[in-house]
Amino acid sequence: MTPNSPSEKRLEELREQAWKEGVVPGKGVDVAGGPIPRKPGYYGQAVVKPPVWTWQVPLYFFFGGMAGMSAVIASGAIISHHVDLARWAMWVAAIGGAVLSPILLIMDLGRPRLFLNMLRVFKHRSAMSMGAWILSAFGACVVPGLVALELHAHQIFPGTLDQILWVAAAIFIFGSAIFGTLLATYTGVLIGATAIPAWFLHRTLLPIHFGTAGLGSAAALLELLGHRIPALNFLGFYAAGVETALLIWLSINKHGKADRAIHEHGSGWLIRIGEVLNGPLAIVLRLFSLVPFAAVSFLLGSLISRIGWILVGKVSGSDPESVFAAEQHASSVFSFENAK
Amino acid sequence: MIGEGIQSTNQRKHSYVQDRVEVGFFTDPSVCIGCKACEVACKEWNQVPDDGFTWSGNSYDNTGHLGASTWRHVMFLEQDRPKGNQVTGPMGLDPQSEDPFRWVFLSDVCKHCEEAGCLEACPTGSIVRTEVGSVLVQNDVCNGCGYCVVSCPFGVIDRRPEPLLDAGGAFKCTFCYDRQKSGLVPACAKVCPTESIVFGRLDDLRARGAARVQQLQQSGYNDAQLYDPTETSVRGIHAFFLILGEPEAYGLPPKPQIPTIYLKSAWTSAFATAIASIIATLVGFAFFS
Repeated sequence: MTPNSPSEKRLEELREQAWKEGVVPGKGVDVAGGPIPRKPGYYGQAVVKPPVWTWQVPLYFFFGGMAGMSAVIASGAIISHHVDLARWAMWVAAIGGAVLSPILLIMDLGRPRLFLNMLRVFKHRSAMSMGAWILSAFGACVVPGLVALELHAHQIFPGTLDQILWVAAAIFIFGSAIFGTLLATYTGVLIGATAIPAWFLHRTLLPIHFGTAGLGSAAALLELLGHRIPALNFLGFYAAGVETALLIWLSINKHGKADRAIHEHGSGWLIRIGEVLNGPLAIVLRLFSLVPFAAVSFLLGSLISRIGWILVGKVSGSDPESVFAAEQHASSVFSFENAK
Repeated sequence: MIGEGIQSTNQRKHSYVQDRVEVGFFTDPSVCIGCKACEVACKEWNQVPDDGFTWSGNSYDNTGHLGASTWRHVMFLEQDRPKGNQVTGPMGLDPQSEDPFRWVFLSDVCKHCEEAGCLEACPTGSIVRTEVGSVLVQNDVCNGCGYCVVSCPFGVIDRRPEPLLDAGGAFKCTFCYDRQKSGLVPACAKVCPTESIVFGRLDDLRARGAARVQQLQQSGYNDAQLYDPTETSVRGIHAFFLILGEPEAYGLPPKPQIPTIYLKSAWTSAFATAIASIIATLVGFAFFS
């Protein structure tokens, strides 16, 4: 070994690096601690706790959003006398909102047997509490609405009774449409009003994204179920147009370190891939009249971006530097609210 | 026994719960010796389960962070700054260099916020405010939805994973509410040998904290300060700290905010989206049928 051999030089380099930087990271060597920690915050540990939610939550966001907005489509169909479309839309709303959503939500609880405690109190300052009540109200409207509509469609009862059923169906369907819009959008508030930087920094975008993705998903699913009508195609264009605008907004509206989970981490790519699928790609496919492909693209995109948003929350919540950087922004929100 | 002995507020019986007096913890790292008696007392009294052991490599801290099964956590900071009037000398290759070093211990705990994010977020009403101003999770009511976890600006509360005792529920420091109801002092404060953790009336503790900061600054601890974010939407904490240096180094957010301040803009956006969706649907069926 000569003093100038590459292996000796490498050792010189390591000594130099140790002296200058205080640590020498390497494969299989963790220099978490001393002599002086150089990770941000307290040994690089999370300042806020990342969400404990698992796969059920993004699936719930997907089905809940689709079900809620499907009830809106059912109302539009009732008004314009598309009774068959209204029936299908109400089935989607009922299965998604009164069956799948509660099951997924209960599965995600740490203690599923205590799920009824969700309705112990009504707290307008808790988006989780509001969500539980919105979902309950939606279920309470969508099930009788569907039953009345089906009884009417099959002409089970004669004359006046059928007329009453038709009016009842219309009232319950309009009711489920109102709660449905809230069911599809409150989930954005739910994660937007938290201590997770990547979420609260985009609390305005999230309800628009979740609600519009719900509307587009409902239209897309109904098209796939055979209802190829111009009204649903219009809604497909509308939803994809809004999602495209949101993709652009999200790409421009950067907050540096504070929301770097979205712009630098893999889970952020899930959001963007999802938004491309249910934004620009869905528009292009619709322009070429490839409606079923546009519908599938939109549904996939809506699901993927929601998974992305939950994963981004986990990454962002584990990043102490994001929390510190986001505080500047949070403080200005507080002083603004306080001044009023 | 350091301090006032059996006359100390850490030792004598009290009736704060019956008298509805606001109480607090004042935790002072300048006298903490890092013995972890508070951690052990907390786990033993509250029967908090063993959540495993890993060598962290982070100084003498193998506890890691506060969580569902860790309600007191002694932090061990190693900083290249002088401690008080510590004499530092040259070290290493440069004879002119100063090489200050200090080891700081601080026992972290739930802050029991004046405006508590977890309490506001809880959809079951499991989390309540007690007579003494502390924030308490009622274990038998909590259904483990996990919303408090992302609503705490300090990352204190967490959901306890399987297979630990009472898994699935959210847990954090109870401020030993059960002990306080019987006139006893919280376990961590009771066992603290140097009164680094002091329990008592909140107004008394705030005065004590301010005096201690002044005393330390006169003794050369130029970066001693109180950590009590009263100027943010949290509006102050009932378990407050004296810290040396910046709060970030302790994993404490300098300006914590309660997430409810974001509700207004988020709901506005939600309602706008709801209305826009209804209009788009009506337009669709009116003009494209």
